[in-house]
Amino acid sequence: MNTTRLIIVAVGGQGNLLASSILGEAALLSNIPVRMSEIHGMAQRGGVVESAMLFGDGASTVISDGEADVLVGFEPSETLRALKKCNKDTVVVTNLAPLPPFTVAIGKGVYPDLAKLQELIRAKTGKLIAVDAMELAKQAGSTLAVNMVLLGATMQTGKIPVSPENVKEAIRTKVKQAFVEINLKAFELGFAAARTGRS
Amino acid sequence: MHKLLAGQSARRMFLLGNEAIARGAVEAGLAVGATYPGTPSSEISNALFEMSRESDLYFEYSANEKVALEVAAAAACSGLRSMAIMKHVGLNVAADPLLTLAYLGVKGGMVVVTADDPLMFSSQNEQDNRYYGKLAGIPVLEPSSVEEAKEMVRYAFDLSEKVGEPVLFRTTTRINHSTGVVTPGELLPVKTTGDFEKDPFRWVPIPAVARNLHVKLLKNLEEAKRLSETCGYNFTVGGGTWGIICNGVSYNYVSDGIKDLGIEDRVRILRIGFSHPLPEKLIKTFLAGCEKVLVVEEGEPYMEEAVKAFAQEEGLTIPIKGKAPDLLSRLYEFDPAMVRKAMAAYFGVSYTPAVLPDLSDIPEIPQRPPNLCAGCSHRASFYIVKKAAEGMQTIYPSDIGCYTLGILPPLEMADYLLCMGSSLGAGCGFSKSTDKKVISFIGDSTFFHSGIPGLINAIFNNHNMTLVILDNGTTAMTGHQPNPGVDMSTLNLSGYGRVSIEEVVRGVGAPFVTVIQPLKVKKSIEAVREALAFKGVSVVISRQICTLYAKALKLDSKRTFRISDRCKGHRNCIDELGCPAFFSKDGKVQIDAGLCAGCAVCAQICPENAIIPAKD
Ligand code: SF4
Ligand code: SF4
Repeated sequence: MNTTRLIIVAVGGQGNLLASSILGEAALLSNIPVRMSEIHGMAQRGGVVESAMLFGDGASTVISDGEADVLVGFEPSETLRALKKCNKDTVVVTNLAPLPPFTVAIGKGVYPDLAKLQELIRAKTGKLIAVDAMELAKQAGSTLAVNMVLLGATMQTGKIPVSPENVKEAIRTKVKQAFVEINLKAFELGFAAARTGRS
Repeated sequence: MHKLLAGQSARRMFLLGNEAIARGAVEAGLAVGATYPGTPSSEISNALFEMSRESDLYFEYSANEKVALEVAAAAACSGLRSMAIMKHVGLNVAADPLLTLAYLGVKGGMVVVTADDPLMFSSQNEQDNRYYGKLAGIPVLEPSSVEEAKEMVRYAFDLSEKVGEPVLFRTTTRINHSTGVVTPGELLPVKTTGDFEKDPFRWVPIPAVARNLHVKLLKNLEEAKRLSETCGYNFTVGGGTWGIICNGVSYNYVSDGIKDLGIEDRVRILRIGFSHPLPEKLIKTFLAGCEKVLVVEEGEPYMEEAVKAFAQEEGLTIPIKGKAPDLLSRLYEFDPAMVRKAMAAYFGVSYTPAVLPDLSDIPEIPQRPPNLCAGCSHRASFYIVKKAAEGMQTIYPSDIGCYTLGILPPLEMADYLLCMGSSLGAGCGFSKSTDKKVISFIGDSTFFHSGIPGLINAIFNNHNMTLVILDNGTTAMTGHQPNPGVDMSTLNLSGYGRVSIEEVVRGVGAPFVTVIQPLKVKKSIEAVREALAFKGVSVVISRQICTLYAKALKLDSKRTFRISDRCKGHRNCIDELGCPAFFSKDGKVQIDAGLCAGCAVCAQICPENAIIPAKD
């Protein structure tokens, strides 16, 4: 079986660790070999959190530069920063709702222009799916469901060798009971939005 | 029930490496565990501590790694299975007992986990702790994957009992923080009560005894070597004449790489999982069948040097390489492409690397360094000390914890750091070596860990310095583990004592002690000024619970602040405090209500009193 390499980048607190563990659980349900590594030492202090997930054959749990099949960015400038992980065929899914880092507030940097950012990613990769995950999460009923919107959009690409049904099943088992409905709705909204490429 | 206590019949689990290690220890019938938390090892201890509350396991957060190792050593000498868990630099702290424990040996199986951190994701150095195995003369095991880690921990206990020595279980961050599919195994019963048989000529290494014990250690080491030769964790795959010797995660990169390069039938791999003592005969036999050999290991050329020595003894002149400018580095961690490239270059295989996107036209992306949380009491303490020290020439020795992040602008309150507790020792040195005012910062957990001897030194030698103890009631950096100053009843845990930092400081005779409440800015600045004016050792205890921890315990204030239209745009709040809840919009400072923790510190420093409680 071929290896599919997925990178998820996010800012601490955006819930990407839950998203990746749901994907892992779904792979387990689908009987697909899965491995993952995460760098989350300072996640809670507003730093960048990166997960690398590998589906299929192989042993490595790390993805080298230029070798991601799918890149999912929970924050637009972080998607751009992770572009070195991509190649001309990579499918990129990005949230369009920015969380400017504090360095911008203290005048040590300028937040990139969102239109230009998308143009750059589009030019250098296979495909870009951009959704305002914050807006869709609100529609689903909670701003905390950004992770599920992006998970839905990622599954819509068809690049992850796991069925959307198994992902939903994993959501049901991994998410607190009270939030399951909102999370499933967010997943569906993300999935649908990815079809059109925009929200 | 804790998910890691599930029986053998439980279905396969998707586990973090650290959870797999904890599960392996529980499967092996671990009776006593002790730790001082440190990334990337902390989740092993978190899991064991949780499990200890619903099983026969005894687990403790010790004051430091040396104590943790001694606790585990005594348990193992009493015939129980024990484990001491720490990050790589923690083993420096525990090295003193470890090196003599090797002389004494153990009865029950004892495993010392050292979690190394290549690339220093959350550490001050990337030392390679395999050398501790060599230095102490004890076995070292190194897993390559999460699944293997669980099995190998079980084996480590058996090995320790067979050899009569503690076993060093060495991981790297990419094992600890990788996740994989693990099949639960049988849970061995826990032997909870041991017996210590008095035998001073075995357990008390006065010189005459130690001389005999060293002989015994070398014998045990011989036995370990014999076991290493036939251990299933040292194995060969493939059958070509190009040899690769590798360990840990490098083995994964090698296995994937030879497939990518299509050289599976040319390469023979020797995977070393039992890396001290190295299986000399096995390696020599392996070398004899190779025309050239590449050693792939992160960190230092630990295996490479040994392999070259073995080749020399055999009179083999085949090329053996590893660390070289055009091959593999001693720096940082490896990745699949790096290892693939080195293999292709060394064996002369053509290969087209992935084409990286051209990033030359990407605008500069603003950095996103980790930052003290919104409302973190350390930020307030730093601001207070900075204001109190205005006009003074200062040096700020720092220590290990969240507050090390005070290094960043706009606070810039960390000037020198070596290791846990160094703010005190180095502070003493600076006070004698310069004319500047020395103000050292240390957290509560770090103070208990190794700050106290430095304070005693400062008092005894009458150094002129101020120590600020940032007491936020938890070990915040590694995920809020308890420390001796924590009131364990807030965690619904009974049967614990509690040590008061103030009483310790007064008890060792600090001539000036003051306690501040850092969220009261003005009053605190006055108190710190007095402390700074004192000649000799002055101690400021800045007491305020960690904001993130308070949130987790639901003890947070729930209020937030906003900037009213009285704001005249001085930007003191953003430029001097730098709370991450601030942002600028259309040139105006605003507060993100979702981030604001309601500490009210910014409200106290705004010259226009423009920052006010938000009413919803
Ligand atoms: S975790 Fe606690 S101590 Fe650490 S930065 Fe956040 S509030 Fe401060
Ligand atoms: S009150 Fe001010 S300093 Fe405190 S968390 Fe809120 S914005 Fe930050």
